[in-house]
Amino acid sequence: MLELKNVSFAVDNEDGRKEILKDINLTINERFVAITGPNGGGKSTLAKIIAGIYQPTSGKIYLDGEDITDFSITERARKGISFAFQQPVRFKGITVKDLLTLAAGKSLNVGEACAYLSEVGLCARDYVNREVNASLSGGELKRIEIATVLARKTKISVFDEPEAGIDLWSFGNLIAVFEKMHETLGGSILIISHQERILNIADKIVVVADGTIRAVGSKDEILPTLLQGESPCKVLTEKL
Amino acid sequence: MDQIQKTLLEQVADLHEIPDGAYNIRANGAGAGRSTTANIDIVTKEDSDGIDIIIKPFTKKESVHIPVIISETGIQDLVYNDFYIGEGADVTIVAGCGIHNGGDSESRHDGIHTFHVGKNARVRYVEKHYGQGDGNGQNIMNPTTIIEVEEGGYLEMETVQIKGVDSTKRVTKARLDAEATLIIKEKIMTHGRQYAETDFTVDMDGEGCHANLISRSVAKEYSKQIFRSNIRGNNACTGHSECDAIIMDQAVVAAIPEITAAHLDASLIHEAAIGKIAGEQLTKLMTLGLSEQEAEEQIVNGFLK
Repeated sequence: MLELKNVSFAVDNEDGRKEILKDINLTINERFVAITGPNGGGKSTLAKIIAGIYQPTSGKIYLDGEDITDFSITERARKGISFAFQQPVRFKGITVKDLLTLAAGKSLNVGEACAYLSEVGLCARDYVNREVNASLSGGELKRIEIATVLARKTKISVFDEPEAGIDLWSFGNLIAVFEKMHETLGGSILIISHQERILNIADKIVVVADGTIRAVGSKDEILPTLLQGESPCKVLTEKL
Repeated sequence: MDQIQKTLLEQVADLHEIPDGAYNIRANGAGAGRSTTANIDIVTKEDSDGIDIIIKPFTKKESVHIPVIISETGIQDLVYNDFYIGEGADVTIVAGCGIHNGGDSESRHDGIHTFHVGKNARVRYVEKHYGQGDGNGQNIMNPTTIIEVEEGGYLEMETVQIKGVDSTKRVTKARLDAEATLIIKEKIMTHGRQYAETDFTVDMDGEGCHANLISRSVAKEYSKQIFRSNIRGNNACTGHSECDAIIMDQAVVAAIPEITAAHLDASLIHEAAIGKIAGEQLTKLMTLGLSEQEAEEQIVNGFLK
């Protein structure tokens, strides 16, 4: 179980101090939790605070009751938090197999690598020896990124907008991947997403906007309110 | 052969024992073993130090190993090795130099290798440099490689210098005939106060020839590296060079590329990138449970693989 208590995050820039997250309280204990909300609302920041990439300005984070607020990225990873980047990183010289091996923490044979890659719709034969460099497309990189999280099998798996950069053709398969991911992964899956189809398979939806949690509830409670939204910009409404 | 010499041999030629096929081992400035085959002859030069390696036309799938090892301190070694690769041959040549300098004097090996690659011949040339030692003496290697590739010939050269060489200046000059191909892959890692300089010149004289120079290097601590390349397209040809370097600590890397097109259909490209390890690469590997130092090692190892 992951708990965030009174977590705030602010950055200092030229215009002074900007609050990105304000007093977030959140418990993640369900099988599948989706975080949604408008762009710039603080979703990705929240995910990075969970992974330890950003340190909160104030507040506490607990994993299974243990205070992990001051833990580094590495310590959190070792305690059981995984993070799939929205924009996966490229590495010259490191192969798909190397990356999966590092993720699994043990050497993998082609069969084992295949188990993870086939989950995300990639054929191991074509990919294990490919370098994770600019020769891979954005969509391929995203799938490999997801496969590294699968290979880790941790208590908490965080995915930052897995659908971003994936073409429409692949998207349907991706939903299927997430639908059955819980069987492969166990633990809790936390997905940041704008996609109704991903929100539809969530046990709990958290709406984050303007640095705060606007709503938490089941999909039946949350989805209808999302579609109504807040009063939109007048200019835009007129154009529509 | 003692243990130090065996270790050097393993590092520079991946050899655990005496190799199969043709070989010539030079230890501490003198011959330490030679073997020839029906198709590959090795002859000691009479006018200077060094050997001629003569590979008969159409020799297929044979290899030649010519490692040099120096395990005494203060050895100054200069050799000329000439390779004559006959038409249509397909061979692998493994050279390399390992120095163990346990004393306080400078040990130095300067090898001048000349390759005459015959028509339609294919050569894979692997060269490794390795230094070790617990003394204060410097390990110095200055390899010069002269390459001539005749029509339709192919030479792929892999050079690796990972550790322990205090100072190196590598000079490579090549000339390509029509439809000839030259591929050079260089990997260098320097640390401490080491200095490594490489200088490539390729004359692309023949129509339809092709050259690709790829240099990847990592410079750590206070080390310095200079990469120079000059590809001259004198005919319709395609040439590409790429210098990719990671700098760490207080290291300095300079890349000075030059491409000269002297023909309308010469297509030449150079790419160079120097920078520290990207923070997001470290972050990604740390989210997989690696410490920052382990992440750095993985990135460097992968980069130089």
